Amino acid sequence: MLEIRNLHARVQDAEILKGLDLSIGPGEVHAVMGPNGSGKSTLSYVLAGRDGYEVTEGTVRFRGRDLLELDPEERAGEGVFLAFQYPVEIPGVANTTFLRESLNAVRRYRGEPELDAIKFLKVLRERARKLGVADDMLKRAINVGFSGGEKKRNEVLQMALLEPALAVLDETDSGLDVDALRTVADGVNALRSPDRSMLVITHYQRLLHYIVPDVVHVLMGGRIIRSGGAELALEVEEKGYGTYVGEAA
Amino acid sequence: MNSMIGATATGVPSWLRSHEDAQARLPGADRPWLCERRAEALAAFAASGLPTRRNEAWKYTDLKALGSVPLMPAVTMPEPATACPVPTVLADDDVAARLVFVDGRVRPDLSHSRDLPAGVVFADLTAGLSRHEALLEHCLGHRNGITGRSLLALNTAFMDGGFMLRVPRGVRIAKPIEIDRLSGQARGSDGAPLAHHPRIIVWIEDGAEATVLENWAGGGDAVYFNNAVADVWVGNAARLRHYRLQDEGAAAFHVTTLRAEVGRDGDYETFSFSTGARLSRLDADIGLAGTGAHVGFGGVFMMRGRQHCDTTSVIDHHVPHTACREVFKGVIDGNARGVFQGRLVVHPGADKTDGQQSCRTLLLSDGAEIDAKPELEIYADDVKCSHGATAGQLDDNALFFLRARGIDERTARRLLIEAFLADALDQISLPALRTRLTERVEEWMRDRREEHE
Repeated sequence: MLEIRNLHARVQDAEILKGLDLSIGPGEVHAVMGPNGSGKSTLSYVLAGRDGYEVTEGTVRFRGRDLLELDPEERAGEGVFLAFQYPVEIPGVANTTFLRESLNAVRRYRGEPELDAIKFLKVLRERARKLGVADDMLKRAINVGFSGGEKKRNEVLQMALLEPALAVLDETDSGLDVDALRTVADGVNALRSPDRSMLVITHYQRLLHYIVPDVVHVLMGGRIIRSGGAELALEVEEKGYGTYVGEAA
Repeated sequence: MNSMIGATATGVPSWLRSHEDAQARLPGADRPWLCERRAEALAAFAASGLPTRRNEAWKYTDLKALGSVPLMPAVTMPEPATACPVPTVLADDDVAARLVFVDGRVRPDLSHSRDLPAGVVFADLTAGLSRHEALLEHCLGHRNGITGRSLLALNTAFMDGGFMLRVPRGVRIAKPIEIDRLSGQARGSDGAPLAHHPRIIVWIEDGAEATVLENWAGGGDAVYFNNAVADVWVGNAARLRHYRLQDEGAAAFHVTTLRAEVGRDGDYETFSFSTGARLSRLDADIGLAGTGAHVGFGGVFMMRGRQHCDTTSVIDHHVPHTACREVFKGVIDGNARGVFQGRLVVHPGADKTDGQQSCRTLLLSDGAEIDAKPELEIYADDVKCSHGATAGQLDDNALFFLRARGIDERTARRLLIEAFLADALDQISLPALRTRLTERVEEWMRDRREEHE
């Protein structure tokens, strides 16, 4: 599904990723854990194709295609979905309008017919209900006046609509209390399927209690320095990232 | 007519000569009072000439290019254009009356006033002179103010092709009145570009209500000059919604001098949507003269290429308990330039004034420019006033977010620009017009895209 080989990336003049290798198979859920500054967000932005994140070396292949040569919107069409750590507020664009533009853009890319307003609303309401997204959240401007939990639920709703093959969850737990975290995790877990992979990026083990990964990686100094099963997350939590400092060098 | 070419920088001699040619044909040439008024105005214009950048109010807008154009008063035009389609905004059934001008001349075949209540005066200037002369004389005399205002003086000297609207006390006109003005279709003799000096008089008496929609259009790339003056009175507890769409031709000059006064508990809402002209300026002077008066003064300007759009205003709060909300939004692309000079004056004794002013601009290119000068002058206590001007670019975070959701860059930009303009357009309380202007924004974005390709 996703093959990252020797990935080096810089932001402005600073090299952040320094030879990252990661391979995710279909239906697998991988967690990348790391302290602040280890390159977690850079990894998610490089995968989604954000300007200003320059890949200097290495390859990223996604379902056999070179992901790095695609624009962000093409990556979305191919099935890459980034759930933002800080979902953007966009005053003046109604959430429903945005969701329809987004879904139809991706459907066009995939050669599927666009949904008209009525069909779209039917699909939207059905997905929204499952995630406990209230009607007024759909009518409001994108994320404007949303609580932290509502913003993250809105992200999960977008994921449910776009049905990506790979979902990258960038610190989805940040800014959430336990109840909100559980709601969001339930939404994510409901989207787990044999043909959908997930990359859960997090600082804390807490999230992985709710979204249990198949594989855990520890990211430090721009490289994966340790990989293991779900139990690795507990070890990190217990011992702290300091334990691995020697391995990063 | 070739003698007009070679105007000086301020354009005075050519204007004087063209006045000689035109005066016998100007409306009211047989009315001594009007001829006197015109002569007085022409003398005032001759003394100052066109405004120059030495004048503080014209610091950012240079009319030099206008001064070098050999303009001819439209009244001397030999042949009016007839075949051209006139763009309108609202459907015939949705307006109480429509008055259409092509190159400054009334087109009775396209105009109607089928839904006007009895007692309402609505007429073009020539018809107004023959049927409501006393009223016109009263309105023109009531507000002269040509001193130091050379374009206003020029308008008075050449005044032609405007209209007057008076809504009597307590009369409410439910549907809007639309005035469509298409310019740039015909030329003067020897192909000289035309100058128009329409005078607009709107008088809403106490307790009356009306909506006026001015639609300034100009297909093609002919040079012409629209030098309009609008005089507006909104009486006690009266309400006027006044919309202006400025989509003049690509080589046109457009200046509107707007003077308005709002009485006790009166409500004046004016909104300008500007996408046209090579150079345009709205010069507004709005006075809140009665307690409880409210003014909504807003607009959107979208400029590209080498267009220049100037919004200069003075809002005067003369008495206590008046409110003004001023919201302008601009989108500037290419090497275009926007100017926003907004002065808000709270006069002595005008306590409890609530004045808010903002101008926000989106700059889409490196060559785009905005000069914004918001000013507050407060001579009273206990007032609530704010002003602000910002200029920025599209939010990269928002752009990336939309693209990461599959939306292509162009659509993402369009969505963000529409969103940026949304709260300004929300000031328009006429749904059909808001819809029309939202479409205009989309058209502008599409034209811009084609230009870039």
